[in-house]
Amino acid sequence: MRAGETNRHLTGWLLASPLTLVLIFFLVLPIAMIVIVSFWQATEFSIIPAFSWENYDFLFGSPVTYRVFGNTIKYALIVWVFTLAIGFTVAYFLAFHVRTQTWQIALFLLCTIPFWTSNIIRMISWIPFLGRNGLANSALISAGIVDEPVEWLLYSDFSVILAFVHLYTLFMVVPIFNTMMRIDKSLIEAAYDGGASGFQTLTNVIIPLCKPGIMIGTIFVVTLVMGDFVTVRFMSGSQSANVGRLIQNDIALLQYPSASATAVVLLITVLMVIGILLRFVDIRKEL
Amino acid sequence: MESRPRSFYVLCAFFVLFLLFLYGPTFTIAILSFQGPQGGLTFPMRGASLHWFFDLFQQQAVGDIWGSFRRSFVLGLMVMITTVVVSVMGGLAFRKRFAGNGVLFYLVITALVIPSILVSLGVGLIFSQAGLPIHWASSGFGSQLTWTLPFGLLIMFAVFNRFDKSFEEAARDQGASNWQALQHVVLPIIAPSLIGVALFGFTLSYDEFARTLLTAGSYNTLPLEIYGMTTNVTTPVIFALGTLTTAFSLVIIGVFLLTVWSMNKRRAKQGSDAGKGMV
Repeated sequence: MRAGETNRHLTGWLLASPLTLVLIFFLVLPIAMIVIVSFWQATEFSIIPAFSWENYDFLFGSPVTYRVFGNTIKYALIVWVFTLAIGFTVAYFLAFHVRTQTWQIALFLLCTIPFWTSNIIRMISWIPFLGRNGLANSALISAGIVDEPVEWLLYSDFSVILAFVHLYTLFMVVPIFNTMMRIDKSLIEAAYDGGASGFQTLTNVIIPLCKPGIMIGTIFVVTLVMGDFVTVRFMSGSQSANVGRLIQNDIALLQYPSASATAVVLLITVLMVIGILLRFVDIRKEL
Repeated sequence: MESRPRSFYVLCAFFVLFLLFLYGPTFTIAILSFQGPQGGLTFPMRGASLHWFFDLFQQQAVGDIWGSFRRSFVLGLMVMITTVVVSVMGGLAFRKRFAGNGVLFYLVITALVIPSILVSLGVGLIFSQAGLPIHWASSGFGSQLTWTLPFGLLIMFAVFNRFDKSFEEAARDQGASNWQALQHVVLPIIAPSLIGVALFGFTLSYDEFARTLLTAGSYNTLPLEIYGMTTNVTTPVIFALGTLTTAFSLVIIGVFLLTVWSMNKRRAKQGSDAGKGMV
């Protein structure tokens, strides 16, 4: 019996060893390195291994930090609300209103295909829409709603959030659709038989049963938005900042220790958010 | 069939709008990439031509597009194969509890949720401090795996959660060894899902940007090249490139989906031969 036990653990680790090695070398060690470097010092040309709280002192002493972290959380919250509302509605339509499985699969694929194409190209694609002479402005002007082109369509918070919603709504649709498909249809019929209206069934039966999917989607959207630096740079025309941009700026100036300190604080923030969200869902059971 | 409720039509309209939102911009740049030689980044179209596509083939115009495409393609294949092999092994490992499987699972989740720029920064720092050359096929390859492996592994979890173990047990009862049961029973059954894992591995790598930014070294991958172009190219040539690489992605997705479809179809046609041995 004992031999069988050891054997089981050994087989497990042998099979998991490639995965473990990749994660150690390209995840654990890099994080450790960032934590170490965040205590180093830097000159304009090089980084110096020495222990100092300098980077953190500077980070927590600067009002820019709080503003940028506040901005990052603002983006995450707004994008979360929109992706959840749109994602839930789309998944609800696919799961409960599309009747044949073939159509369900086809429409679901149609929703997921953009996930496998380039994010950068999808961001660039908004330029002809939102630019000064873009489609949106021409439409507004010809409809007589505005006289001059609207300036805040591109290179603004509006365009940043639009791009985030455009890129990440899929991450809500897929897990919510997945949990909806597992809801036993007889529960919904039971609710109707018990006299519940469509809306009551939605709020009392479907939404509670979809919570795991909503949580998984939330984890994706929140972490992707909080860790982003490309979308904000590109869609705001470098006018807005989030934490990712702050880190990237430091990297561009070769200030690795200060970039690392910001990265450590960002990582801790993200992991805390995920830690809270994971209390509501057991991912391994939900797949 | 009972008639549709009114909510169906409202939701259906919402869904159509969502698809327009999802695909509209991509179609727009596809149209604009056929701008005439005098055309700009927005409408109106000034004639229609293939001018900007030809522009892509001229080296000086826009940097080393084809070199970067070749690198991205090779890297995509490397990541794809590694992701499939490592995810299947990992998925098999997690079928039984082993000491420390919880820790490993949380590491996988961390790899998924960690802001990409941390991987980029950390791997870049390690390689430069250790004096190792930073190259897309070494540091870039590893960084991309931290993004593709969690997806591969989560798919494997989903697959094995639905896996009917009785097939495997039946094979064992007939005297199959562990390896034989895996090779002749488990792998053929999960094969279509492996195509899915491969699709994730290739496309996520082919389009990966943030984790490759500081880990690709002096030779850019295609997304990095495109990112560079966004800051200094102001002609529709960037739309032409966008259209071509999106078309390429769509072809790849199509090939993968067709493979899964034909596999399932063949399987359905052959069906079960249970009971056919009776004379």
